[in-house]
This record gives sequence, C-alpha cells and structure tokens, in this order.
Amino acid sequence: MKPNTQQLSNLTIQVRRDILRMVHAVSSGHPGGSLGCTEFLVVLYQNIMERKPGFDMDGIGEDIFFLSNGHISPVFYSVLARSGYFPVSELATFRKLNTRLQGHPTTHEGLPGVRMASGSLGQGLSVAIGAAQAKKLNHDNHLVFALLGDGELQEGQNWEAIMYASAKKVDNLIATIDLNGKQIDGTTDEVLAMGSVKAKFEAFDWEVVEIKEGNNIEAIIAGMNEAKSKTGKGKPVCVLLHTEMGHGVDFMMYTHAWHGKAPNDDQLAAALAQNYSEDEVDY
Amino acid sequence: MKKYTNTGSKDTRSGFGAGMTELGQKNENVVALCADLIGSLKFDDFKKNHPERFFQIGIAEANMIGIAAGLTIGGKIPFTGTFANFSTGRVYDQIRQSVAYSDKNVKICASHAGLTLGEDGATHQILEDIGLMKMLPGMTVINTCDYNQTKAATIALANHHGPAYLRFGRPVVPNFTPADEPFVIGKAILLNEGTDVTIIATGHLVWEALVAAEALEAKGISAEVINIHTIKPLDEEAILKSVKKTGCVVTAEEHNIIGGLGESISRTLIQNYLVPQEFVAVNDSFGESGTPEQLMEKYGLTSNAIIEKVEKVIKRK
Repeated sequence: MKPNTQQLSNLTIQVRRDILRMVHAVSSGHPGGSLGCTEFLVVLYQNIMERKPGFDMDGIGEDIFFLSNGHISPVFYSVLARSGYFPVSELATFRKLNTRLQGHPTTHEGLPGVRMASGSLGQGLSVAIGAAQAKKLNHDNHLVFALLGDGELQEGQNWEAIMYASAKKVDNLIATIDLNGKQIDGTTDEVLAMGSVKAKFEAFDWEVVEIKEGNNIEAIIAGMNEAKSKTGKGKPVCVLLHTEMGHGVDFMMYTHAWHGKAPNDDQLAAALAQNYSEDEVDY
Repeated sequence: MKKYTNTGSKDTRSGFGAGMTELGQKNENVVALCADLIGSLKFDDFKKNHPERFFQIGIAEANMIGIAAGLTIGGKIPFTGTFANFSTGRVYDQIRQSVAYSDKNVKICASHAGLTLGEDGATHQILEDIGLMKMLPGMTVINTCDYNQTKAATIALANHHGPAYLRFGRPVVPNFTPADEPFVIGKAILLNEGTDVTIIATGHLVWEALVAAEALEAKGISAEVINIHTIKPLDEEAILKSVKKTGCVVTAEEHNIIGGLGESISRTLIQNYLVPQEFVAVNDSFGESGTPEQLMEKYGLTSNAIIEKVEKVIKRK
C-alpha cells in the first residue's frame, strides 16, 4: 500500500535530517539541491515508481530511475536507504574512506539502487534513453525516470539526447528537470541564461508537464501522475519541477550559497530544529 | 621461417561488419549503434537484417556512448561504431564515467584508426586512442591485424563481459590469419619462432613485421614475431618467454610512441626482465593528408623501418 501524504511528509523530514547530518559529518557535499529535491525523490520512490523488492541491475519488470545531477547524492542515498535498498546506518559512511556512498553515486562499490555513475554532468539522460530503449526491446512496459539539474542543461550532450528521444519516439521516459534557477556561481540567469526551458523542450517535440510547487507533495503526486498518463503516446515526457534550493532550512533558501557547502555545528543544530521528527530512527 | 599467405587483401572494418552480421544471427542481445557512418563501419547487413536492434544515433557520439551504457541495463550487448577519433577522444569522459567506471558491457568499435585513414588528414587520424583507452581501469583494448582476426575478435567480444575497445582500420591490407583461428582475448599469437630478436607488433604493423622477418632471415637474422592483438590485458608471459630467448625487442604500432603498445611492453620489461627495446611508432606528432602508403612511409611505419630498428637493437644487446 502506498503511504499517505502525512507519512510522506514525515519521511521528507527524516530525509532532510539525513542530508544535513551526512554533509555535516564530513564537512562536504551538496545540501542545497538535495534539500530542494527531497519531496520529489520521496514521492517518486514511495508513490510513483513501480518497484520490485530487492535490487538487480537490469531492472526488468519495474520502473527504474537515473540521477544525472549526481552531486545531490545525499538525498538520493537517504531515499534509497529509507526505501529499503541498504541499511540506514550506512548513511553514516557517506564520503568516508572505503564507503559505498561515494561523494557522487557509482555502481563501482556495488551499492544497491544505483545503476549508473553520475557526477560529471550531462550524461544521465542519454543513459536513461538507452535503458528505455532496452525496455522496449525486452517488451517491458515499465518506465524509466531521470532527474537532471537545470544548470546541467548547459551541457551539450543533453541536447543531443533531447533531440534523439523525440525523433526516436522514446515515450517510456519521464525526465524531470529540477528548476531551482541556481548553480555554483550564481543564478542560472547570471551564469548562462537559458531562456524558456519549457519552450525549448516543446520545440524539441517533448510533452511537457509543469509542477509549479515542486516542494509540495500533493502537487508532485498530481504532476507525476499526469506525466505518467502522457507516456506511451509517441513522445518523451519532460517534467519541469520548480523547486527551491535549500528548501526546509530557512537560512539555506533563496541563495546558491549552499549548493556545495556543509553546515557547521551550530548551523546543523539550527537546521535540525527546523526539521524535527518524533519518528526518527537515528543512524 | 614459417610462411604466411595473403588469402586476399581486405579491409579490417569489413571483418568487423562480417562479425556483426554473424553476431546478429547468433545472439539476440547484441545491438548496434552508429553515429552516421553506417557504410564506413560496414553495418549495412546488421541494419538490414535486424532493424529493431540497430540504433542510428546521428552525429552525436556523446549521446551514443550514453545510450549504449543504458542499453546494457536490461541485458543488451551494445556495439558502438564510428571512427576511432570520435570513438575515444571526443567522448572520453562519457566512456570514463558511463561505461568504464560504471562497468557497463559496452563494446566501443573504432574504424579508421591511425594514419592509414589517409587523405582526410590529421583531424581524423587519431594516434592517441590506445593510450586513452588503456588508461581506463577495467577496459580491454584490442587492435586487430587483418580481416579474419577482426571478425573473430568482434564475435569473441560478445562473449566477454565488460567494457572493451576494438580498434581497426580503413585500408585494404593482407588477410593472413586463418579463418578458423580462435580469438582468445589477452592471448598473444606467436607467428614466427626466432632466436636473435623479438618483434612485437599490433594492428596493421603485424604484416609488416612478417615481411621484415623474412627479409631479416635472408640477412641471417632470426626474428621471433609476436602478434599482440590485445594490448590490455597484456600477455606478459608470452612477451617475457620470448625476450628471455632473444635478448632484445622491437615494438611496432600505428600509434603515437607515447602511450601505445611499446610503452606497455617497456613497463613489462623494466619490472621483470630488462632487455634493449626499440620502437616503430609515430614520433609524438599529428598525421597529415596523403595515401595510406605514403603516410606509413613518411612516418616510418614500414617493414624497412622495422628492419632498421632490429639491426639497431641487436647492436645494443
């Protein structure tokens, strides 16, 4: 049975606590985008994707997901652990020597739930397209999901992939763009203005679904279900997810400053106080 | 010395095409991807016979490598095909992250490698690809010498799990590998036994090494000739066994002297059994336009160049 909205909301609190603790413990990592995508990944794994128990690399007979903007690994790892792919206690090894939870996700250490290394940006959509085409060859009706950052769209390989997916009618693919408008050096408009991302995807003949409240659980559920309803109709589907980088921690929001910076002890305490859960299972 | 007969000159890329045709019939998990070079890569038959398993990517090699990596998730065995330059240098980071580091079962198949691409010139003549690929952890690197060996290597790769780079070329060259010779990845082929010098060659230089060995025999020099089709993993046992007998080595390859087969051999020798070595390779330069024969002559990648280096290395023993 799928969790209800309250249960999903509680889980986002737990995931935020995980993210903050993980990056604090090693004084490195990327909390901003992770916090911004917390609702999305919780909803995706707990409500939207049809997943088999356990993990196998081929993912035949289930929906599969690729994280292209691999630097938001903290939220990915937390959601994977809390969805049962590996022990929650392992989150404490994030970015430490001999860990399976490398700074950026990898298959190299055999971490369940990860099917592709990512971190060097712009590569995930191509991989997701290939996996979607493999599903078609295997007569597997399940979907392939991908998440990309908006700044990441500055990488040219994405546009090769975007052009290809519509030309080849890869319609079992839902690619979500985390539109938080920020990247390391500033806003996306300051760094390299991209104009209308929506108009660009539409011009490349994708179906586009917009989720205006990308940190609202019910809005995400509705938007992703709408996206699913548009699959199988000859076009790839793009979800434009409007999020706030650093969402859920007031001093990390409305700035790009926390893209790749960890909180100190006091900041961690303040951030955790804003994300309190009675249900927390401490790792 | 043992006689090798050219059973009819053909291009190595046609051997790749023939291998793909056979794989298409034998293994339904084999899929092919091409970046707008179907004719050059000899993909025509595969595309015609298995349109559902052939992916025309367009001129977008980075996307091709990523899609190939994704196709492995679901059990497919993708063979990508384009020129060697666009198969490696252009997409190095895609290969590094999405294929090698992710341990994806992608076969990167590269035609028109080296100077023998000819008239198109240096923009297309990559001489650094062996180096680029062999530096990637877990990557198997193969450079075949003729049509039959390229066909056999292509077929063998489908049964080998893991990322691999298969390098072949454009020109028509002698075909002397027996059609029924099994291709064993990582196993050197001893083509001729000798006692005075070991010539270790790969790719198009293997035939030149045989021609050189015959000429050397007439001069009273007994040359052992080894065909190293797999540069990584390197058959160190075969190399060391030979040099312990001959006491010197000449390596020959259509590649930059930096980063190629020769340097891999040097490391093996330094760590295990030091003997003098000379190199037949491109001396850290780009190529240029010309016919394949003119270019191989100008850049010193001929049987005569091998003979000169043999005479030099023997004096250093």
